Formats: sequence, C-alpha cells, structure tokens
Amino acid sequence: MGLDFSIIPKYLDVVLLGAAWTMGITVASAILSFFGGIVFAVIALYAPWIIRQPFRLIEWVFMGTPLLLQLFLIYFGLVQIGIDLPAFVAGIIGLGLHFAVYNSELIQTAILAVDKGQMEAARTLGLSRGEALRKVVIPQAVRAVIPPIGNNMIALLKDSALVSVIGVSELTLSAQRVIGKTYRPFEFYILAAAFYYVINLCMEWVQRKIERRIAISR
Amino acid sequence: MDFELMLKVYPFFLEAAWTTILLSVLTAILGLTCGTLGAAARLSRFAALRFLGAAYVSLFRGTPALIQLFILYFGGPQIGIQLDAFEAGVIGLGINAGAYMTETIRGAIISIDKGQREAARTLGLSSWQATYQVILPQASRLMVRPLGVNLNMLIKATALVAAISVIELTYTAQRYIGSTYKPFEMFLLAGVLYMIIIYVVGRGVAWLDRKVQIN
Repeated sequence: MGLDFSIIPKYLDVVLLGAAWTMGITVASAILSFFGGIVFAVIALYAPWIIRQPFRLIEWVFMGTPLLLQLFLIYFGLVQIGIDLPAFVAGIIGLGLHFAVYNSELIQTAILAVDKGQMEAARTLGLSRGEALRKVVIPQAVRAVIPPIGNNMIALLKDSALVSVIGVSELTLSAQRVIGKTYRPFEFYILAAAFYYVINLCMEWVQRKIERRIAISR
Repeated sequence: MDFELMLKVYPFFLEAAWTTILLSVLTAILGLTCGTLGAAARLSRFAALRFLGAAYVSLFRGTPALIQLFILYFGGPQIGIQLDAFEAGVIGLGINAGAYMTETIRGAIISIDKGQREAARTLGLSSWQATYQVILPQASRLMVRPLGVNLNMLIKATALVAAISVIELTYTAQRYIGSTYKPFEMFLLAGVLYMIIIYVVGRGVAWLDRKVQIN
C-alpha cells in the first residue's frame, strides 16, 4: 500500500477539530500547572513540617514516574472513588498536576533567589507574611521563571498527545479515528505531526516575544 | 489497600520491569549514537549537514514522541518498514531521544572556550587533533550531568510504548488496572519499580560525574 495524501482534505475537518481540542487542553492544563506550581512552591517552602514532608514525597513520585502511568491512576482512580469525570477533565487534571510539580521546582528556586530584603522591607511596612509573599515576593519570582516555564508549556503541548490513551478526542485520537476509517496511518499521523509542529512553532514565537518584553522591562 | 492482590501480581510487574530496563538501555545506546551524529552534523563546516542536523532536532523535538512512534509502527509498513512493536519502540524512542541529546552534546562542545582550539592549533595540532585531543575530553566532562537528565526523561518516555502494546511496566499496570479495578495498587507497584530504576541510574550518573571531574 503506497502513500496517497490526496485523501487528506476529505477528513481535514475532523483533524482540525482535534487540533482545536489539543489547543484547549494545552491552555487549560498550562493555566492549572502555572497556578498549581505557585501553590506547590509555597507549600514546599513555607508549610509546616507535617504538611511539607508528605508533600515532598508526592512531588518525588510525580517526578519519578511516567506521565502516562499517572494519567491511568488519575483517570481510573477518580472513577474508583466515585468521581466520574469526563476523560478530558481527567486529562487536564493529570497534565496540569504533572507540570505543576515541574513548575514548582522552578518557582521554588526563584522564590529563594528573591532578595531577603524584599520580604523584610514588606514586613517592616506592615504587610503580613502571607501578603508579603503574595504581593511582593511571588510576583518577582514568577517574572524570573517565565522563560523556563515556557519550555515546560511547550513540553506540555507534546505530552498532551498522551491523553488520547485515556480516550480524549484531541488531535492524536482524532487522527486515530480517521485512520480507523481510511486505513491510512502514515498520511494522517504525518498530518497530526504537522499540526503539532505548527502549534509548537507558534508557542516558541510567543515565548520569544514574552522573553524580549521581560528583558526590556528589566 | 489490597496487599494480597499486590503480592499475587508483583512477579508480572518484575518481569515487565526487565523489559523496561532492556528498552531503556537499547534506547539510550541508539539515542547517544544519534545524538553524537546530530551534534557532529550541527557543528559541521558544511552548511548542508548543519541544516540537516538542525532539521532533525527541530522536527523530532517539535512533535510528540507518541506520534513519532505511531508513524513508525503503524505507518512504516506503507513505506516498506516492517517492525515488531519492541523494535519500533526502541528505534522510535532512540531517534527521539537523540534529538534532545544532540542539543546536550552540542551545548557542551560550544561552551568550551574558543581559545582552547586556537591554542591547540597554534601548538601545531591539526583541526582533527584539536577536536579529539583537546575539545572533546573537556566537553565530555560537561556532558555527563545533562545527559543524565536526558536519560531520566528517556526512561520515563519508555512508558509510551505501552500504546503500541509492548508488554513493559506501564502496559502491565494498565492491563491489571483494567482487570482488577485497583488503580492505586497497580500504580504503586509500577511506580515503585520506575523510581528504583530512576534512582539507581541517577546515582550511577552522579558517580560518573564525580569520576570525570578534575579536582
């Protein structure tokens, strides 16, 4: 069986819809992972020992096991404890938590790198510890980690393909469905790859823009 | 927590862990080979090779590894490449890891001060000798730790071959989750084995890194 790319236009709408889902899932998980990362970083640095230690263990597990395995745990685990979420919600939670742990690592380093005087000055001015963190320290730390977080978000786009395995109809699964009808795996997986590549290039472009803006405002 | 069940199925996970280890080792060897060739191409004096190297890195890092596996395994037969799932897994993941390793190796090489090459050339070494006797020995020390990070990612990426039904750790966990409805127990079994593998490899990399540093 040779190649026949002329079949693509007929099913382009299905694949395009999949690409839209991929973008939506990526954006939703990126937002979750960003704010999750901040929360995790604050817990890892400032929570009392009794919370911090088990939390470290969870972080360690998330970083030491494959995302695919974590997705199975979250998807089937939630069902087992009686929470029957749609697959795409489970996918967003899984991707979001996984990358929140990676973002948290970056944000922790950045928070520690913010000058101690910032916190002291804020406290002197009458802000509480929580306020000082929220309004003074974290905004400065987050700004410093935006470029490496951008790299994580690009990795997130590519890892979003994994949620096809738990049945989310994003780009990869849409391609699979079309292949089920046409028996043309090569053509449609290449098409899916091309979509991922273009989205990836767009994200890299945005990342460069943001980096430049941060560099200017410093 | 159903410990009885875990005790009953753990031999299957242990067996699957060996497959994961074998996959990781073969993928790492292929990845390092591709990475070395890729870095050589990217640093070549020939523009065509530099372009090929850059295209390799951009395309393979710019698309999901899962899709690359699917193209190779399901699409391969259409262009005359017939591989079984394990072979496709090793080749697909190896070429993918190679793209990341290309950048690691290249990064280490270009971080060596230009003066080193110039000094070597001035002392009468040929360009080839300068590369192999002066630049690479220094660069290889810088590579160990970042290649260790690549290796860590690679081990976790072997889970992807579960999607083309290679019976490794993640596939085994998935199958037993499906048949026992005990996701947490099965995750624990597979997760602990992954973390042991990653821990041992991490220690190995740290040991090698200490070994190659000059005090």
